[in-house]
Amino acid sequence: MLNIKNLKVSVENKLILNDLNLKINPGEVHAIMGPNGSGKSTLANVLSGKKGYEIQGEILFDELNINDISVEERAQKGIFLAFQYPVEIPGVNTNVFLRTSLNSIRKSKGEKELDTLTFLKLIKEKAKELGIDEKFLSRQLNVGFSGGEKKKNEILQMKLLQPKLSILDETDSGLDIDALKIVADGVNSYKKKDNAFLIITHYQRLLDYIKPDFIHVLSKGKIVKTGSAELALELEKSGYKNL
Amino acid sequence: MKNQNLNINQEYKYGFTTDIESIKAPKGLSEESIKFISNIKKEPSWMLDWRLKAFKRLKTLKEPNWQKPKYPKIDYQDLYYYSAPKSSSNKPKSLDEIDPKIIETYKKLGIPLVEQQRLNGIAVDAVFDSVSVATTFKEELTKKGIIFCSISEAIQKHPELVKKYIGSVIPLSDHYFATLNSAVFTDGSFVYIPPNTRCPMELSTYFRINASETGQFERTLIIADKGSYVSYLEGCTAPMRDENQLHAANVELIALDDAEIKYSTVQNWYPGDKDGVGGIYNFVTKRGICKGKNSKISWTQVETGSAITWKYPSCILQGDNSVGEFYSIAITNNHQKADTGTKMIHLGKNTKSKIISKGISAGFADNTYRGLVDINEKATNSRNYTQCDSLLMGNKCGAHTVPYIKNKNSTSTIEHEATTTKINEEQLYYCNQRGLDQEEAVSLIVNGFCKEVLQQLPMEFAVEAQKLVAISLEGSVG
Repeated sequence: MLNIKNLKVSVENKLILNDLNLKINPGEVHAIMGPNGSGKSTLANVLSGKKGYEIQGEILFDELNINDISVEERAQKGIFLAFQYPVEIPGVNTNVFLRTSLNSIRKSKGEKELDTLTFLKLIKEKAKELGIDEKFLSRQLNVGFSGGEKKKNEILQMKLLQPKLSILDETDSGLDIDALKIVADGVNSYKKKDNAFLIITHYQRLLDYIKPDFIHVLSKGKIVKTGSAELALELEKSGYKNL
Repeated sequence: MKNQNLNINQEYKYGFTTDIESIKAPKGLSEESIKFISNIKKEPSWMLDWRLKAFKRLKTLKEPNWQKPKYPKIDYQDLYYYSAPKSSSNKPKSLDEIDPKIIETYKKLGIPLVEQQRLNGIAVDAVFDSVSVATTFKEELTKKGIIFCSISEAIQKHPELVKKYIGSVIPLSDHYFATLNSAVFTDGSFVYIPPNTRCPMELSTYFRINASETGQFERTLIIADKGSYVSYLEGCTAPMRDENQLHAANVELIALDDAEIKYSTVQNWYPGDKDGVGGIYNFVTKRGICKGKNSKISWTQVETGSAITWKYPSCILQGDNSVGEFYSIAITNNHQKADTGTKMIHLGKNTKSKIISKGISAGFADNTYRGLVDINEKATNSRNYTQCDSLLMGNKCGAHTVPYIKNKNSTSTIEHEATTTKINEEQLYYCNQRGLDQEEAVSLIVNGFCKEVLQQLPMEFAVEAQKLVAISLEGSVG
């Protein structure tokens, strides 16, 4: 599904990712761990298509080189990024935003747009699955949301938009244990054989709830070690220093 | 990044002309052309005298020049002050008598003039160049004693009301453009709501400039008698022309004891082309008086068109406990300019006013909020709250806020908040990541920015206004 070949990324001539290679198949859950400043969030941004990076190498998504494809087209093709810091959009109702988003993606696939009533039924269902209060949906997007609410909202959007590849950028940071469980339940319930996850995290904590197939350790812009779920426990004990 | 959906050159949708024969006044501003207007409208002599008095006064006035957007000198002798479709010169009595071409024009504009399209329950008065061509729903309104007709008709049929109130809020001598309008006004709407009557439907006027080299000088007078309520909406469009056309309207609102007037404007005059050639000069005087106690006047405007918009819909809060509100969205793109805001004059006790202004600039445009809050010494316990937010798109446009605040009363309070922000790249990125293209994202964010104002519009028009907001800004973020 995702195949990153020799990816080099720099910002204003500063090299951030250096010769990164990563392959993700459908049905797999990959976790990327690493110390601060190792380039984890840059990887998430670059995969989503964010502007402002100089890029060398190849990013293939479903065999298609997406290096020059815009953020929205990537989203429409099924790449979803759960943001570390979801932005507030004042005056925009969460419901309206989610419907616009879903319909943009449906439209791009040539599917019929959902009318308000059908949409409301769908979103209420999804919110219920995640234990999210309906009232939450009529608030302005992320405005005045707590850290946990913002992250839950990201997971709700993931479940609504049904992406092929979900990238979670430090979704676990700043969450209390209950919110963490909701996020993990959201991911586990969406895990299917034809979609994949790339989970970026700083701590091993989230991986107590989400079982990754592979763990990669990112350091100085490179994957320096790849292993199974046990690697996380090892890292928790000995830290990143030894790598 | 590529964006295939981005339609940079969204053309002005209402830029067509209608080819119909018209009757015009002699070119230029003179006693002769004023008499021509008055005569063709079969006005009583008091009305003509009033016009001539205004004209005399006009000769002593100078065109103001303090506004931010400057414009080349207007040659007032090179304009036609009256232009009417020939077939309407003897006012049509029913819709059947209206030139089908005019009906067709309004159809293109989405104005339901024709009987079978009246399902949406909005009474419409449509003004084409200088004359009112049709007023729908007249009978239903008449049953309740509500008068909704063209001002020309009101001058003939309800002279006592017109005589009493015309010029009572905007005096003859007020300022250059208002006085010009008093001399040469051609048509507009007249509304009278009798005591203790709630107008059962939205009243609406649609203005359209069609003929070239004409100015449009409409005059609207709305009187809400004691304990009554009315919601009124005006919309405007014009064809695309290289020349600048002048639109100088006067709107007067009078709210008596316990009455409420809600006045909404969706202004979409031709803004000129991308390089700033052509477009309407929208120099309008709008003023309401809360004459009675507990009365309320609320202005809502969505200004997206015109080369230059220059207007300050205002409230004189004379009655005790009266309330004035001003909700505004002014969008300027390309080379458009706006200098708009309001005046809240607090005279009565316990009067309240609220100003919410949202200015959006894109391209090379320049947008100024200018407003006056004036609390008189007798206006004890009065309050004003003002919030002015500006949103900038790109780095070649400008936003300015010029508040004038006078408080002569120690028991009253005035609050003023202002923000200026640039459209946020992180917000756009977030929207893009959720599959919205650049235009959808801009539209969503800007509509969110304007929400407090859009909420004030009658339901039927809120959706239309939201679309207009999006269209006005198309291509403004690359």
